[in-house]
Amino acid sequence: MPESEVLHAQHHLEYPYSRSVGPVIGAFLTGLRDGRILGARGAGDAVIVPPTEYDPVTGEDTGELVEVGPGGVIETWAWVSRPLRKHPRQTPFAWALIRLDGADTAMLHVLDVPGPDDVSSGDRVVPRFRPAGERVGSLSDIEAFVPEADGAGPGGAR
Amino acid sequence: MSAEADREAGGAEDASGPVTTLATPIALDFEFTPGVAQSRFLRGLARGKFLGQRCPTCGKVYVPSRGSCPTDGVPTTEDVELGNSGTVTTYCVVNVPFAGQSIEIPYICAQILLDGSNLSFMGLIQEIPTDQIRMGMRVEAVWVEPDELSPSLASVKYFRPNGEPDAEYETYKEYL
Repeated sequence: MPESEVLHAQHHLEYPYSRSVGPVIGAFLTGLRDGRILGARGAGDAVIVPPTEYDPVTGEDTGELVEVGPGGVIETWAWVSRPLRKHPRQTPFAWALIRLDGADTAMLHVLDVPGPDDVSSGDRVVPRFRPAGERVGSLSDIEAFVPEADGAGPGGAR
Repeated sequence: MSAEADREAGGAEDASGPVTTLATPIALDFEFTPGVAQSRFLRGLARGKFLGQRCPTCGKVYVPSRGSCPTDGVPTTEDVELGNSGTVTTYCVVNVPFAGQSIEIPYICAQILLDGSNLSFMGLIQEIPTDQIRMGMRVEAVWVEPDELSPSLASVKYFRPNGEPDAEYETYKEYL
């Protein structure tokens, strides 16, 4: 490189943070590790998924945790044709807002379908959980949602 | 960190008890360019030399130079090669371990004012017990082997006492 040119270098900066999740998200993550999806009962008996500690409208403490799904309905979606390195999968997929059966809010997750022509709002989907031994208490314990018609069957692919 | 590594990091706690923590590592990949002036400084390090620049207005020598004088706001155009010795203006003895630490504690981190320069920079002091470091101590740079020199401050292994009498406070009091 000529002396007149400026230098440049690749840098990688990383911090190994972990955070405490609290009683409600903790229960949600514990549920995922057990292959169940939990919501919290908020104001007017609305079921919030993922559960929050406080009702987003009234600010009141949320109540009991209830199991929802595992199936649900796609409210809306966006196709990711070129996944980035940090995305949960490296092949094209959809981000989907999924309202699980028994829930009053939608949850964002990965939808595994071959292409954008294979997904529509209103489609029914079920979760594909990772095998029990690989689940660690993380939203990625659900590998992806898949069309219910693909035969994962009631209860999803646990 | 990959999504897969995130998952592995999340599995640290008791596999049967309630989930209480979530691994949330963050990472950033970026390309850094030091600019023209600091590129010269870094190339100097690759040749085992400290290169600075002098302000044409106030005459101060900056090492490393950022290409302009922060006091006068004018470009620094005159290159100055500095020697290997300098003075400890102030220092800190590090006794506290932290994540990613690469040097065995305790160690001395000092501000060093190279002879002929008007800007101190941070350096590691070795070859002296930590309780003997003092302001005004005269030190010299110890470089890595010639085949290990690179355009990085890693080319300077550390500074060590050079045996000269301590500098008078008056000579470095402006550089604390």
